[in-house]
Amino acid sequence: MSSENLFELNNVAKRFTKGKETISIFEGLNMHIKKGDFMAIMGPSGSGKTTLLNLLGGVDQPTSGEITFAGQRIDNLSESKLAKWRANNIGFIFQFYNLMPMLNAAKNVELPLLLTNLSSSERKKQVATALQLVGLSDRAKHMPSEMSGGQQQRVAIARAVVSDPTFLLCDEPTGDLDRQTADEILEMLQLLNRQFGKTIVMVTHDPSAAKFASHTVHLNKGKFVKAEELMA
Amino acid sequence: MKDFYLIYKNLTRKKMRLFLTTFAIFIAFLIFGAVMTLRSALNAGVEMSADNRLVVVHKTSFTNPLPYAYVNKVKTLDGVKDVTHANWFGGYYQEPRNQVVTLAVDPETYMTVYPELVVEPAQLATWFATQSGILVGERLAKANNWQVGDQIALSSNIFSRKTGGQTWDFTVSGIFKGNEAKVDTGYVLIHYKYFNETQSWGGDSVGWLILTTTDAALNEQVASQIDTNFANSNNETDTSTEQAFNKAFIEQIGNIGLIIFGVVFMAFFTILIVVGNTMVLAIRERTNEIAVLKTLGFESKRIFKMVLAESCLLAFLGGLLGLGAAYVIVTGAAEQMARFLPNLVLDENIVLQALGYMLLLGLVTGMAPAIAALRLNIVTAFSRG
Ligand SMILES: Nc1ncnc2c1ncn2[C@@H]1O[C@H](COP(=O)(O)OP(=O)(O)O)[C@@H](O)[C@H]1O
Ligand SMILES: [Mg+2]
Repeated sequence: MSSENLFELNNVAKRFTKGKETISIFEGLNMHIKKGDFMAIMGPSGSGKTTLLNLLGGVDQPTSGEITFAGQRIDNLSESKLAKWRANNIGFIFQFYNLMPMLNAAKNVELPLLLTNLSSSERKKQVATALQLVGLSDRAKHMPSEMSGGQQQRVAIARAVVSDPTFLLCDEPTGDLDRQTADEILEMLQLLNRQFGKTIVMVTHDPSAAKFASHTVHLNKGKFVKAEELMA
Repeated sequence: MKDFYLIYKNLTRKKMRLFLTTFAIFIAFLIFGAVMTLRSALNAGVEMSADNRLVVVHKTSFTNPLPYAYVNKVKTLDGVKDVTHANWFGGYYQEPRNQVVTLAVDPETYMTVYPELVVEPAQLATWFATQSGILVGERLAKANNWQVGDQIALSSNIFSRKTGGQTWDFTVSGIFKGNEAKVDTGYVLIHYKYFNETQSWGGDSVGWLILTTTDAALNEQVASQIDTNFANSNNETDTSTEQAFNKAFIEQIGNIGLIIFGVVFMAFFTILIVVGNTMVLAIRERTNEIAVLKTLGFESKRIFKMVLAESCLLAFLGGLLGLGAAYVIVTGAAEQMARFLPNLVLDENIVLQALGYMLLLGLVTGMAPAIAALRLNIVTAFSRG
């Protein structure tokens, strides 16, 4: 195992059982993600991109195989240990922002900090820093419904980075945004990767979004393929 | 409790829904507080009645007076131990809305017939010796902050003084307590003689007689003996044991009580369904949000607790408001009903019971959605949304 690898997947299988039917998404999947990487994952819908992110994020567990993060296995952790692990290590960014509608921007960003031992004033300070980072200091008191999609996604990014995780997982973060707003979001992710050393894995449909990443992998029917194979 | 803000925001996110569910719970506990108070007031009378005490009232109505001469006549009958009497004074303090239950009694015999009333011997002696002296029940004295030696003017809304006016001046000779907590001490005793000589209606009449029998086994016999004795007179009597007297009075209300009790039960049941259902819907609407919280690292049991806390908060919000309203209503009614229901108090017992039911309501209505939230699987929740 290389110490540079943040994530390693060894011989991972993932199957879903629905009644008598078993759907196999991955069989013998191997991959590794280097520290400081900004990886884009592309592929047709249904190819297993979200399932892969769920496995990386410790939201779902593999049917078999090993997943290690910073040298530690996460595939066999209990639900409660996984929750703690997610809170400590992973920032999540979703396609539809997934902000709490009854909380203002600052309170949304504060959510992950409720899982830490920080005092109220320390939390406020970190929230302010995160909002400043995404350029929304003046919107702290705004409700999600009062913000544009791009602004909401920036709040979501602030929420993802507020507790300073090493790893960011983004599932089609620009899928719901227009070109210009999407580019702003992607630039922000790039900044987080380059200036703040965040390791990022981003799923996207959009080839021009993938260009912001340092490299792109293609997934098809649960297997990594070369881009040319996908086109064919 | 870092999550309180989140719980609070979830509870208050839909104002109309919050209002309606709170209102439903409010009504349930308003009814609960009022009915339980009524019930305990009714029961207190029966529980406290001595088993060898008889009450003699006018046959036509217990509000009609009896001739004073009956006291001595009853005394001579077989099986009668002690006899005393009482008159309804209809008192209030300063304003008619400050009702003070006041009975004009013969001090010595009254205290003999009611041994459960306890007074310091020195105070008792002073009262016996002071015509305008009064004995004040502890509960009433506390409520009005009356002390021994205080000058208190009580007015009657029935009687007038020979010298004019309806207000009598009294001195507090003593304070009586009950030998048990249940004994009602919410009234005042004044001298019958003083009352009778100063009131303008004239006529030596008493409101009702109270007597003790030498043996509780003789109750029925003594009662029929008294009623037979006064049969065919101008003032026929109706004698019953104190217990039966209180029970008869209660039974008139009792049937209503049963209906009310049914209503309370139905109200609670309905509210349980309504609030429970609302909670289920409220949490189902938040499937996606709960999945997000779990993804961020909130543990399932923490979310379980948050949902339960929310439903309990709702139950206590509506419940405490309802109980508060019941308290206001009961306190208001107590003044009006003091004569019939001296124990109309929403006491700690009822409050504790109500708090217990609020907690129960919160837990029961929150349990199903809390378990749903606990079990919610992030992956399936997101793929469903
Ligand atoms: N919880 C699940 N139960 C059953 N099948 C699932 C579940 N989640 C995903 N799938 C299936 O797995 C396949 C891959 O899904 P997904 O990872 O969401 O693909 P993508 O994100 O690339 O569109 C799809 O065929 C989908 O129907
Ligand atoms: Mg997907």
